Amino acid sequence: MSDRARLPLWEVFIRPRNGLAHRHVGSVHASDAEMALMAARDVYTRRGEGRSIWVAPATAIAASDPDEKAEMFDPADDKTYRQPTDYHVPKEVGDM
Amino acid sequence: MYAQGLINASGDPNAAETTEQLARFQARIDAEEKIEARDWMPAAYRKTLIRQISQHAHSEIIGMQPEGNWVTRAPSLRRKASLLAKVQDEGGHGLYLYAAAETLGISREEMQDQLLSGAAKYSSIFNYPTLTWADIGAIGWLVDGAAIMNQIPLCRCSYGPYARAMVRVCKEESFHQRQGYEIMTTLAQGAPAQKAMAQDALNRWWTPSVMMFGPPDTDSVHSDQSMTWKIKRFTNDALRQRFVDATVPQAGYLGLTVPDPDCKWNDAAQHYDIGPLDWDDFWKVVKGGGPMNRQRIAARQKADDEGAWVREAALAYAAKRSVLMEAAE
Repeated sequence: MSDRARLPLWEVFIRPRNGLAHRHVGSVHASDAEMALMAARDVYTRRGEGRSIWVAPATAIAASDPDEKAEMFDPADDKTYRQPTDYHVPKEVGDM
Repeated sequence: MYAQGLINASGDPNAAETTEQLARFQARIDAEEKIEARDWMPAAYRKTLIRQISQHAHSEIIGMQPEGNWVTRAPSLRRKASLLAKVQDEGGHGLYLYAAAETLGISREEMQDQLLSGAAKYSSIFNYPTLTWADIGAIGWLVDGAAIMNQIPLCRCSYGPYARAMVRVCKEESFHQRQGYEIMTTLAQGAPAQKAMAQDALNRWWTPSVMMFGPPDTDSVHSDQSMTWKIKRFTNDALRQRFVDATVPQAGYLGLTVPDPDCKWNDAAQHYDIGPLDWDDFWKVVKGGGPMNRQRIAARQKADDEGAWVREAALAYAAKRSVLMEAAE
């Protein structure tokens, strides 16, 4: 096993331009948030890909378990009454 | 999601894999579903990807050296700025790829140790020296050109984090290849000595570039399984042929000759034929016998050693500051 100093992992989120949400683009290793922002800028925005960067410690992210995908998301699949197309509007009324 | 602490939940290589699990996995692959970091995957799939992605990352990082060699001697400010940007891109590519490999449960530190100890390989092309400025043109044109041929299908690789990293890499490689070809064009249209320098670079880089696609399909150990898993989409020979077909006419435009007397258009096959390649030499270079293997690893080791205090200082500073901030709260 390596004896090199281990820099924590940070997840990087970038907003391509105002009006859009920040989106996960990858990760960087850095000693602290300030260094993570600098690394993220150099690694992920060399060609104007972003106007704003968020970094978050990877350990701070909680994620759903892929093995429980079914229990988690299937209940939404059979609720067609949540879709507008599930409702009939008379043709005479036109677009709604 | 690249969070390191969460992965490998199902990645125990000793866990028995049932036929049913394997069949379900293959069905997902066949349906063109992407596999994500925390999904169940066969241990061999994980191992293959770690080997391939880390090798790819190492190639990007080692690839900074032959080109970095010419940054201070670039012939104009524009050439210097673009070469510097290209070398920086290679570093970036290495980092995207290390991050993608880390999602499979290996740490960047382990990968770096494997590179330095020689346990992990990198593309043999970077074990050749860059003797003249024309080599920078030839590398961009040929080496990055071959890399693009290889990498475009990888954007559709079945493993999501690798495929996404490759999309970014491919966008940036296009600049690399064009800047290389522009250097070659300028030299080829210049004084006779410049044109001779361009031809000499082509002579030295052609064969190693054609070999970048790896051993012929008949000898490729990993090919079949990788194709079934859709890590690879085309065989080594198919990609090599595509590269040759694209590149020979580009050499023709430059008025340069590909250094292969057997290279000619085959009208029946609608492809360029090429002569036999010396694969013994290829393996010799991969295994450490190339002209620059020792220097490449030594330079990497030096950079690693000399950067150690920076990493330690940054961590010490971060630890000290977090204590101060807690005290202030």
